[in-house]
Amino acid sequence: MVSINIDNKSCEAPAGSTIYEAAQLIGVTIPTLCHLEGLSPSGACRICVVEVEGMPGLVPSCSFPISDGMNIQTHSARVLLARKTIVELLLANHPDDCLYCIRNNNCQLQDLSADLGVRRRRYSGDRSRYKEDVSSPSVIRDPEKCILCGKCVRVCEEVQDVSAIDFIGRGSHSHIGTAFDEGLNLSSCINCGQCIVVCPTGALHEHDSIKEVLDALNDPEITVVAQHAPSVSVTIGEEFGLSAGADCDGMMVAALRRLGFDRVFDTSFTADLTIMEEGSELVQRIKTGGKLPMLTSCSPGWIKFAEQNYPDFLENISSCKSPQQMMGAIIKSFFAERENIAPEKIFSVSIMPCTAKKFEAGRGEMTQHGYPDVDVVLTTRELARLIRMRGLDMLALAPEGADTPFGERTTAGKIFGASGGVMEAALRSAYFLITGTELEDLNVTAVRGLDGCKEAHVKIGDLEVGVAVASGLKNAAALLDQIRAGRDDLHFIEIMTCPGGCIAGGGQPLGTDRNAVAQRMKALYALDASAKTRTSHTNEAVQRLYKEFLGSPLSETSHHLLHTHYAQREVLL
Amino acid sequence: MATVVEASAATDLTAIFARYPDAGRDALIPLLQEIQDTFGYLSLDTIRQVGAHLKLPVSKIYGVATFYNQFRFLALGKYHVQVCRGTACHVKGSAGVLDDIKQMLKIGPGETTSDGLFSLEVVACIGACGLAPVIKVNDEFHADMTTSKLERVFKALKKEAESNE
Ligand code: SF4
Ligand code: SF4
Ligand code: SF4
Ligand code: FES
Ligand code: FES
Repeated sequence: MVSINIDNKSCEAPAGSTIYEAAQLIGVTIPTLCHLEGLSPSGACRICVVEVEGMPGLVPSCSFPISDGMNIQTHSARVLLARKTIVELLLANHPDDCLYCIRNNNCQLQDLSADLGVRRRRYSGDRSRYKEDVSSPSVIRDPEKCILCGKCVRVCEEVQDVSAIDFIGRGSHSHIGTAFDEGLNLSSCINCGQCIVVCPTGALHEHDSIKEVLDALNDPEITVVAQHAPSVSVTIGEEFGLSAGADCDGMMVAALRRLGFDRVFDTSFTADLTIMEEGSELVQRIKTGGKLPMLTSCSPGWIKFAEQNYPDFLENISSCKSPQQMMGAIIKSFFAERENIAPEKIFSVSIMPCTAKKFEAGRGEMTQHGYPDVDVVLTTRELARLIRMRGLDMLALAPEGADTPFGERTTAGKIFGASGGVMEAALRSAYFLITGTELEDLNVTAVRGLDGCKEAHVKIGDLEVGVAVASGLKNAAALLDQIRAGRDDLHFIEIMTCPGGCIAGGGQPLGTDRNAVAQRMKALYALDASAKTRTSHTNEAVQRLYKEFLGSPLSETSHHLLHTHYAQREVLL
Repeated sequence: MATVVEASAATDLTAIFARYPDAGRDALIPLLQEIQDTFGYLSLDTIRQVGAHLKLPVSKIYGVATFYNQFRFLALGKYHVQVCRGTACHVKGSAGVLDDIKQMLKIGPGETTSDGLFSLEVVACIGACGLAPVIKVNDEFHADMTTSKLERVFKALKKEAESNE
C-alpha cells in the first residue's frame, strides 16, 4: 500500500494504482472520456487531468501512477478550468443536436458540459460534415458527433481482434472510419456493438427498430409475438434505475403484454432445446469420429468472425441455429399450426442483449418458405425506450409469467446469458445423455467467472472430455490459433463474442463496467442455485415439443427447422 | 470521401513484395510508396494485398495512408492536374486557382472525375516560381493562371480527348 493525499484527505491505495483508481477508492470520481478499464491507456482527451504538488503541469490521472507521499488535487480551480476548456473545445465543432440525439440525457459529453458549467459556445470551429453510415443492420455511425476519443477503435482491435475501424485522415479531416470509408456492412465489422457501449456520445448507436414494432403492434390483423433472451431480465432494471443484477423477469413480461404483444415467450426455452440438439450433436461427433473440437454457434458475432477470419473452422461449428432462431422457427411452424394462424400473419420480435442478433435475424439462412424466422430484433435499450414511450412504470407492474408452450425454462437455459453458461448446461445434459445418470454436482464452477478463457477436463463415464470457454474474440482467436498449431485435447468449446457473455452484450444498458457485468452474472447463477429444474433434458415442455412435433433430437424435422450451415465470407479484412 | 474503384483484375505485386520479405509494420510506408509510384495510386485491391502480406487489417493501412497527403486512392485521370500551393504561387493567388479548379471539375484534391478525364492534386513548389500561379497538367506547365485561362485550358483538353476517341 502507498500513502497519498487526495483533496486534503490522507489515504492509502495499492501500489501501482493510477491516480484515477486511487481517487475512486475514496469516493472521488474523476471524469474520463478516453479511458478504458483494462485496455491500453491512450491519453487522448486529457479531461482526467489533476494537480500534483511539485509537478509543473497538470497530469492525466487515468494513466499516471501514484507514488508515496503524493499530494493530489482532483477538482481545484485550475483543474476545473482546464477541464472546462477541453469540453468547450470539443463542443467547438459539435452539432448542438441534443434534443434530437439518441443519447440525450445519457451522454457523457452532455453531462460534462453541464457539470462543468458550460453555458455558451466559446469557440466555434467549422463543423465537420459527414454522412451518417446506416449501412449496417446493427450499428449506426454518426461521425459528426464523434469526439475522437478512440475507444471504439481500441475495443474493436484489442477486445474483438476485428479492427473494422480506425482513425482515418489527419488534422481537421480526422475521423473514425472503415477502410476506404466504405459502409460498415462491407467491412470486417461483426456487429457486436461493443463500440456502442464504450462510446461517450451519440456517434455510435444501434440500428433502431422501434418503428417496425409499433407498426405491427398497431395492426389488428397481426399476431405479435415476443421472445426475450436469458440475460435481458437481469439487465433491463438498470434502465429504470435499479442496481446491476436485479432480476425483473416478471415485470418485464407484464410490460411486454401491456405494450400489446399477443404472446410472450422465453428464449431460455429454446436455449434448453439448443442443449438437447447441440448436446446430441456433440455425443454423435464423439461417437462417430466427427469433426472436433465442436464449437458453439449461438453468438452471431462469432459466427461472422469465423466466416471471414477462421473459415477453416466452419466444419467445427455446431450446425444448431441459435436459441433466437430456433424460437423463431418453431413459432412460425409448430405454434402457427397449433394456433391456426398463417405464418405471414405472425410478427416475431425478439428482445436481445445484442446488436449482432439484428444481423443474424436478417441472414438468408434463417428463413423458411421465404418468411424470416424472426422479423425484428430489439435490444434491451430499445425495449426500455419503448416502455418509457408508452408511459409504463415497469417497476410498478405486478409480475406475470411467460406464455405456453414456449415459456417454460430451466435455469440451464437461463445461464446461457453468462460466459460459460452454455458449456455448463451442455455438460449437465451430456453427462446424462452419455451415462444415463445425473451429474452428482451440477455446479461446474471451473467454467464460471469473468476470465476471458476458462478450461476444464471433465470425466463423463470413461470419457475424459476437454472443454474450453472463451469470450471476447481476441481470446477466442488465441485459442483457435493454438488448435491451428496442433493442440488436440479439446472436444467442445463455447465462444461468446462479448467479454463475459450476453450480460455484457452490445445491446445492454450503457455504462456497462466490469462491476456491473459481475453483478449481472451473479444474478443468473443465483437464479440457478435456487431453482428446482436445472437441466435442459428435464424441461418438460421441451420433451412435449419433441413428442408432439420434432420427434427426437437431430430428427429430420429438427434438421430442417433448427439446424443450418455457414460458408466463407468475403469482406474487407 | 473516397469511393472504391475496383481494380478490374488483381494487380500483380509479387515483384514488389519480393523486395520486402518477412516485412512488418515499419515496411508499410515504403511499400505503399513503391506501389503508388508503380501504379499511380493505391487501389482497394492493392491495399488488401498489402494487408495480407504484412498481416495488418486494411482499416489500419487505410488509416496510415490517409494520414499522409501524398497517397491517392483513385486512379489518375487522363489529365493529371497539379496545382502548386508553394509560397510564390500562394502570394500570387493560388488559393483562388485551386477553388476555381474544384468548381470547374467538381472534384477535390485526391479525386478523379467520374469520366476518368481529370484528376487533381495539390503540390508544394514545383520549381517554376517565375510562372506563378502555375499549374501542371501531365508534363506541361501553364503559367499565370486566371479563371478564364483555366477555362480555356480545360476546354482545350476536353476537345483533345474527344477527337482522340
Ligand atoms: S452526442 Fe451528446 S452532446 Fe452531442 S448532440 Fe448527442 S446528446 Fe448532445
Ligand atoms: S460492432 Fe464490434 S466489430 Fe463492429 S466496429 Fe463495433 S466493435 Fe468493431
Ligand atoms: S465514435 Fe465514439 S467511441 Fe469512437 S472515437 Fe468517436 S466518440 Fe470515441
Ligand atoms: S481519460 Fe485520461 S486522458 Fe482521456
Ligand atoms: S511556389 Fe509555385 S512553383 Fe514555386
